[in-house]
Amino acid sequence: MLWNLPFITVVVLTLIGLVTVLLKKNIIKILLGINILESAVNLFIVALGYREGGVAPIFTLAPSELMVLPTPQALVLTSIVIGVATSALVLSFAMVLQKKYGTVDIDKIRRLQG
Amino acid sequence: MTFADFIITNAPALLVAIPLFAAFLCPVMGKISSTVRNFWVMGMMLVTVAVAFILAYRVFATGPVLYVFGAAAANLAIPLDSGGIPIRIIFTVDAMSAFMEIICAIVGVSVLLYSLSAESRNSSLEGYYTLFFLMITGVFGMVSAGDFFNFFVFLEILSLASAGMIAYRIDGGLAVEAALKYFILSTLGAIFVLFAIGIYYGQYDALNIAMIAQRMQFTMLDKIALVLLVAALAMKCGAVPLHFWTPDAYSMAPSSVTAFLVVASQASLYGLFRVVFTMYNITMNCVTVGWIIIIFGVLSMVVGVTMAIPQKDIKRLMAYHAVSQTGYMLLGVGVGLAVLGNAALTSAFGFTAMEGGIFHIFNHAMYKGLLFLTAGAIIYRIGTRDLNKMGGLGHTMKYTMIFFIIGALAIAGIPPFNGFASKLMIYESVYLFNPILAIIAMVVSILTLASFVKVFHSVFMGPKLPEYADVKEAPLPMLIGMGILAAIVILFGLFPQPVVDMLVAPAAHALADQGGYIASVLGGA
Amino acid sequence: MRLQTKAGISHQYLEVPEMDLIAPLLTGYGIWAPVAWMVAFVAAIIIVYLLWKTGESSYKKGTELERPYLSGNVEPEKGAVHIRASNLYWGFLQALKGYYDVLVPIHTGVLTDYMIWFVAVTALALVIVGVLS
Repeated sequence: MLWNLPFITVVVLTLIGLVTVLLKKNIIKILLGINILESAVNLFIVALGYREGGVAPIFTLAPSELMVLPTPQALVLTSIVIGVATSALVLSFAMVLQKKYGTVDIDKIRRLQG
Repeated sequence: MTFADFIITNAPALLVAIPLFAAFLCPVMGKISSTVRNFWVMGMMLVTVAVAFILAYRVFATGPVLYVFGAAAANLAIPLDSGGIPIRIIFTVDAMSAFMEIICAIVGVSVLLYSLSAESRNSSLEGYYTLFFLMITGVFGMVSAGDFFNFFVFLEILSLASAGMIAYRIDGGLAVEAALKYFILSTLGAIFVLFAIGIYYGQYDALNIAMIAQRMQFTMLDKIALVLLVAALAMKCGAVPLHFWTPDAYSMAPSSVTAFLVVASQASLYGLFRVVFTMYNITMNCVTVGWIIIIFGVLSMVVGVTMAIPQKDIKRLMAYHAVSQTGYMLLGVGVGLAVLGNAALTSAFGFTAMEGGIFHIFNHAMYKGLLFLTAGAIIYRIGTRDLNKMGGLGHTMKYTMIFFIIGALAIAGIPPFNGFASKLMIYESVYLFNPILAIIAMVVSILTLASFVKVFHSVFMGPKLPEYADVKEAPLPMLIGMGILAAIVILFGLFPQPVVDMLVAPAAHALADQGGYIASVLGGA
Repeated sequence: MRLQTKAGISHQYLEVPEMDLIAPLLTGYGIWAPVAWMVAFVAAIIIVYLLWKTGESSYKKGTELERPYLSGNVEPEKGAVHIRASNLYWGFLQALKGYYDVLVPIHTGVLTDYMIWFVAVTALALVIVGVLS
């Protein structure tokens, strides 16, 4: 049961993130929901690489030969950087929308419809 | 190694490296002068197109090309001490990938030629060309990627660059609103894709597409991953009911960018086909997934064209038609997928349906790009996008009118243009599968023609209006860019069978042949 | 044309495969031959042109002969004569009014509605693929 804790956390974080993204009306809150979803996916991928009793995958002065898998850690690094770029772009969009429309409420940013 | 040998062996890597290099040096060139930047941009695009054609020729002549990053030899996919697992980043360019690369190269060079004069009135163009080259990198990377995580990375590069380009002319906030909607939906889709990658990695300890295909057993987790991928990639290519971002984003982007966004959507369509055909093939329930894709296709066709008819904005109308034509591609390939498990039906009409769908991808990129570029030329000269305000432009903008007629007849599927050739293949093979789907497709074609007759009448026909008395023809670089696409529309319409034999049929067979793909990467294992 | 490189390996550049340029398109069920269609079209155009040439070709420029004839009524100004885009297909839109009254309001323009559609369609597909098949 204890070993499943990361995956239970992933499910909980995903549900929190999805609810935030689908039901909140402020762009900044939607962005935070997307960040929570990205954290959930990153945690999922890193937790997949864990091997019981493994140490960090660094060969120099390694205390033991059994190491956790390094590939998911590399994937997650790339994904975190993509998340940073995403957040930066959405925040800049929010800034411009605040200046031009005067609001960051999604219900009011709907001049393009039909 | 001579220079020619160097280019030929390293072509897959150069295809991504050259646009990236060009993108990052664009601002530097812009600081020197704008003429230097224009020459740099055009020169680098021509070099990229040359490399793309060399690579495509090599793939169609000698079979799939492997490029492993960081290995001793370019096609050493499995490192000698890894125990049979391909662990390096790999570009697998087979016939379907080469097909998409040709599309991207042709549309890219036409759009760039068009942009050189369409954007000449605007300032701060370094960002524009940088983002444009990043979009090109994203598309080339997505269609060449041999392992799944690289596909995700290039998908995100493409989404970010596209969102930046859609919001480029802020347009009082409207363009930023469109880019926001497109980008947040894309990010949600990308998170779904990353979940699916995690599921594959956890189950099969592999990220290489061929490796996952070889080890695929269709467990419950694989079903979840399949649905996540199909939904996310169908959203990225604009299938109904996930199409809501398409009219906003396509209408608010600068016209040259819209023509290239069509290619970006089709790269996601390529990703969908790669997942469904190469990774799963017959291990999954082909009929169910095939019918899901067919339902997406039919809904896209019908909703796209019926929403297009009452529109008042010329680019929004054309964007709904892009949704509708994506439905044709999904229908054709979905029928091919639904009969994949049945060898007799596949050879009777399954392959023809797939070829029709894949040929339609090429034709659609050409004539839809042409239509968006003509819309851009009209907006450049007149300054408004509202169909209710236009009229009588056929008197002065004659070449634009001719290109518009060619594009409109092609999209409606009127002989002898290329739209008719691919639509005929789709009609006849889908009719053998289920007659009702073919009849729906033909009715949608008629409604497409009706909608473009509306646009043609309200823009070009009628008396010369006094407020447009001094409107001139579009500038020459725009006309050349449109002319390249129009020439291909006419040529592929007059000579369809050589195109199908040389380009489309190898792509369709490479897509359906899972064993061949695995063998080319893992070496006959 | 073949090229010899330094390493002695010959690459075949620009070897164009044999193709029949005017072959008809095989659709698996029938044939579509665009070149034959073009020949027939050009023949029809030539016949139409010859018929057109036998018409009356003289008129006086700048007189009443050039102006549009509206049964003697005064011609309105050019902007009012041209039928605008929203007025075309009025009958079609009225006939399908029930359909459009449902479809157009679905495109609300609100981002969260679009995302709800996305997640709902994913959930529906999960149920169909995961449970029902």
